[in-house]
Amino acid sequence: MSKILVIAEHLGGRLNTSTARAVSAALAVKPDAIDVLVLSDAPDTVAAEAAKIDGVSRVLTVAKAENAHPLAAVLAPQIARAAAGYSHVFAPSTTFGKDLAPRVAALLGVAQVSDVMSVEASHTFKRPIYAGNAIVTVEADAAHTVVATIRTASWPAAASGAGSAPVEALGIDAALPTHTRFVELKQGGSERPDLQSASKVVSGGRGVGSKENFDIVYKFADKIGAAVGASRAAVDAGYCPNEMQVGQTGKIIAPELYMAIGISGAIQHLTGIKDAGTIVAINKDGEAPIFEVADFGLVGDLFKIIPELEAALG
Amino acid sequence: MKILVGYKRVVDYNVRIQVKPDGSGVVTDGVKLSANPFDDIALEEALRLREKGVASEVIVVGIGPADLTAHLRNGLAMGANRAIHVVTGDAVQPLTAARVFLKLIEKEQPGLVLMGKQAIDDDANQTGQMLAALWDRPQATFAGKVAISDGKATVTREVDAGLEVIETELPAVITVDLRLNEPRFIKLPDIMKAKSKPIDTIEFGSLGIEAHEQLKTTYYAAPPKRSKGVMVKDAAELVAALKQKGLL
Repeated sequence: MSKILVIAEHLGGRLNTSTARAVSAALAVKPDAIDVLVLSDAPDTVAAEAAKIDGVSRVLTVAKAENAHPLAAVLAPQIARAAAGYSHVFAPSTTFGKDLAPRVAALLGVAQVSDVMSVEASHTFKRPIYAGNAIVTVEADAAHTVVATIRTASWPAAASGAGSAPVEALGIDAALPTHTRFVELKQGGSERPDLQSASKVVSGGRGVGSKENFDIVYKFADKIGAAVGASRAAVDAGYCPNEMQVGQTGKIIAPELYMAIGISGAIQHLTGIKDAGTIVAINKDGEAPIFEVADFGLVGDLFKIIPELEAALG
Repeated sequence: MKILVGYKRVVDYNVRIQVKPDGSGVVTDGVKLSANPFDDIALEEALRLREKGVASEVIVVGIGPADLTAHLRNGLAMGANRAIHVVTGDAVQPLTAARVFLKLIEKEQPGLVLMGKQAIDDDANQTGQMLAALWDRPQATFAGKVAISDGKATVTREVDAGLEVIETELPAVITVDLRLNEPRFIKLPDIMKAKSKPIDTIEFGSLGIEAHEQLKTTYYAAPPKRSKGVMVKDAAELVAALKQKGLL
């Protein structure tokens, strides 16, 4: 009998789509119930969004002023309390879930399965190791709660709209630490589609050459309605901010269309895009490893090719 | 203030990982081993804090078989004052590693624990957070900038939404991200100096930790390969191909 608690990720009063992806993974366990837990200072709008996700049994809310920001040290003791009676606790494998879930697991005294790609059975999962260069099958001990993070690129977002799960307030009386304080969140404030959920992504790499030159990538992405990503080399060189990094240590994404522009294709970058539907590579070096995984490759100068692409699009 | 640094040895990041044909593991025989790159960054940060006068002693910690000594010597050559080697021939999962660190913390009473945000072999990204939970102390993961003053750490974290700044009391656990610093190169005289630095050896069994590993890895597989696609001759052909697939 499985009963799964999914930890909702949200920001600014909006539910992150990573939550619906974690619900997809929960559905694959074929559990008796899937409850979504929303920890917030004001959980109502997020809870209402979560209640619409297909397959959700109940949405549980914990409203506390201390939950205004996602501090793992503050949230984990509450989740560990709420986890009683559940066979599984799932969180998305985003920086939010990666920070939080191990803290919950340790409080429960259990191991964690990171980056679940597939569910083979209620306690058997597949996950990547060595930057995705090997896939392991792991079995968790059925005598303990399974704490797992869900590799969002491996799971579609569970459909939303038809569900109408009841929302219940949960009273949790856990001592919360005051040793960790939120100071601020500096966001890019981009109007472009979200990198992790966009159906099209255009990424630039070292070949773009400078922060100023990156405008050509932004402009082209805007023309086709794509999110913008970057290789580690481009972020390290200061061409664009850290939240745009795609790869092993950045974001792992699975858009329908991924266009790599001026990216050579280090293994660590390829790890982040393996699940993309169609990969396009544009690079002046015909020997670049990116062409090994590209569905369509075009060798040439990106500063000449991109304007031509724009012209061809009309 | 003492700083404890997690210093794991892993398969070098440049090695192309091969899965054994029988699915029993990955090929590690004769493969180059190196410090986990994130742990090198953690050590570098600890050394810089010592150079600024914030820390007085930097201790690198490794958990592994007898031959881990050579790896710990690299940490000492980089500049750590001493090393602790917890000796075990068994693979150690993150929860067990966190329990080992907790035992060492009880003895050493560090003001800060620094480690990589993840090791590039199991890519688990768990040990630091688990340690912070067991120790009941603050954690700051994905650190891109660390400032220590007045008994507090101000850490800029590289999160999905951008850069988050948090402030924690000390002691705390900080796990570091790629852009925190660039680790220094080891110089020959430092390798000589490292030979005389102490390495404490502790048998894993003597720590009294229940090593009940709850996760069993039953099979290793190579990832599905993406088949190589086609090369197009120009922008017009590319646009036509993408339009035909309904992608543009």
